Amino acid sequence: MAEATIGRPTPQRLSLWARIDNNRTVLGLCMMLPAGALLLVFLSYPLGLGVWLGLTDTTIGRKGGFIGLENYELLFDDSVFWLSVFNTFLYTVVASAFKFALGLWLALILNNRLPFKALLRAIVLLPWIVPTVLSAIAFWWIYDSQFSIISWSLQRLGLIDQYVNFLGDANNARAAVIAANVWRGIPFVAICLLAGLQTIPQSLYEAAVLDGASEWQRFRCVTFPLLTPIIAVVMTFSVLFTFTDFQLIYVLTRGGPFNATHLMATLSFQRAIPGGQLGEGAAIATAMVPFLLAAIIFSYFGLQRRRWQQGAAND
Amino acid sequence: MASVEIRGARKSFGSVEVLHGIDIEVPDKSFTVLVGPSGCGKSTLLRMIAGLEEITAGEIAIGGRMVNGVPPKQRDIAMVFQNYALYPHMKVYDNMAFSLKLAKVEPARIDELVQRAAEILNLDELLERYPRQLSGGQRQRVAMGRAIVRDPQVFLFDEPLSNLDAKLRVQMRTEIRELHQRLQSTSVYVTHDQIEAMTMADQIVVMRDGHVEQSGAPLELYDRPVNTFVAGFIGSPAMNLIEGTVQKANGSAAVMTDDDVSLPLARDTGVPAGSRVYYGIRPEHWSLAEGEHGVAVEVSVVEPTGAEMLVVCRMAGVEVQASFHERHALEPGQHIRLRPRPELVHLFDTKTSHRLG
Repeated sequence: MAEATIGRPTPQRLSLWARIDNNRTVLGLCMMLPAGALLLVFLSYPLGLGVWLGLTDTTIGRKGGFIGLENYELLFDDSVFWLSVFNTFLYTVVASAFKFALGLWLALILNNRLPFKALLRAIVLLPWIVPTVLSAIAFWWIYDSQFSIISWSLQRLGLIDQYVNFLGDANNARAAVIAANVWRGIPFVAICLLAGLQTIPQSLYEAAVLDGASEWQRFRCVTFPLLTPIIAVVMTFSVLFTFTDFQLIYVLTRGGPFNATHLMATLSFQRAIPGGQLGEGAAIATAMVPFLLAAIIFSYFGLQRRRWQQGAAND
Repeated sequence: MASVEIRGARKSFGSVEVLHGIDIEVPDKSFTVLVGPSGCGKSTLLRMIAGLEEITAGEIAIGGRMVNGVPPKQRDIAMVFQNYALYPHMKVYDNMAFSLKLAKVEPARIDELVQRAAEILNLDELLERYPRQLSGGQRQRVAMGRAIVRDPQVFLFDEPLSNLDAKLRVQMRTEIRELHQRLQSTSVYVTHDQIEAMTMADQIVVMRDGHVEQSGAPLELYDRPVNTFVAGFIGSPAMNLIEGTVQKANGSAAVMTDDDVSLPLARDTGVPAGSRVYYGIRPEHWSLAEGEHGVAVEVSVVEPTGAEMLVVCRMAGVEVQASFHERHALEPGQHIRLRPRPELVHLFDTKTSHRLG
């Protein structure tokens, strides 16, 4: 170790504290300790407890014992569970697709020169700011079988003879909760994409105009490719929020009719708390984890810097 | 190729008029530089030629065709932007090929045109890179390549060198000039840098506050500026403008400053005695004088640049600048005598700022 003797202070002369103080690794770990402790207590403990409960037969009021994967075996043969998995996917895919399309459209509109732009942008955020439960109650009223304003309007227009059974029919109920979720989720997508749109330099559009690009070509060849990084971020979050949604369903339908709108999150709650089967509920919640992990891994690759983003900045 | 004629062009943003009737002739195959301080409207005028800004009044014609209502893509022009405006998600090749692809040119033909432009600009090695992987000068060349492949009637340059460092700027200046000589394309070039204007232009248009102050060949503007603004703007370091009164006696004429310094004039100036004037003399038109010749000044700052020597002096209450190609041994505080070359003196009316004689 010849190189170790060159130009280094001899370790014996330094106190323990001085050595820790000099050592970047130790110091770094010390600095991370508070954050690490917080994460451990507030993130890992509940998650770990959930996973553990899924491996027990705990019910409310009785501390259960370890039963291995029995809960999961039961769920595997449980048609209601599989229905909730199907519902969750349907809900997530359809709602996310609509949120993306409508959110992007709204962002493009808001990015134009409009009168009262700031006010319009603030209004757009409203559905997102209102507490979910409050907007869910409003939708509940809108979808009411007797007092629905939609049914009333359609009847007045002579389009329907009798009121629509929004929340009583399986497919109507699915469409209804998806519509409510889309309404609620558009602002987030729109505002994030608007922020992305505003980072695209105006001169690129001017160059494209001079290059002879039509409006649609400018969107397809300039706007959309430059927006893909932020689309990846926004849609990852949107998918995660939608996949784990609970409040809207719980207020609007409680999973009904006949479990047609039960998502994994609502089914988990229903089995665990009103049903008392904590172990089974925890198992359903834990079953969501692989799907969420898949979504995160997908977005991890989506979020990676594209090749054109690497290197020094252009402006 | 084509000429560009601008007749009575006006531009207003809301109620604010920024261009007040501009008339410029850009001859076919010429390199015309619009120069002026920030906010003089030169970039706005360029964008009006490109079609990126509407023309409020007057008309602009390219190749004899009025283009006021013609959309940018049908004007057959190409523009190089200040920040290059390269598409960051496209490789150099695709950046250059983009307009051709939109115009539905045959792929083989696109390839040929891009390769030829890349060869002219030494971009052959860089075609597969993204703009972010290029240096400033390379990006600048790609921006020009994008313009060249289209073989437009007119090239427009909007301060293309202002994002480059000083050395690269000089190099690119020459490259753009060489490119122009090779392609013989009509070019309109906007800059705030008068040295760029002087070195590159066939024709310079000096603008201020939405007006054209003077246009002409670079040396014409240098030798006969029409007013004090052009006199101060063209040439670096700037021309000295010293206020005084014309006096004539015994067939010789001079300008007497308010501090009783007599500055000689050539005999044949037609300016009547008693006129209040600015005595304009460029720093390089002073020489050191011996004995009682010239005017007495005190050296305050000496700035040697190697090639020349800039000396800032105080002359009875007025600051004057002189530059010499010889390396005189001068010290701050030293008293010296400077002699102007009377035949190279410019006179301007103090009221109108216009050139006299």
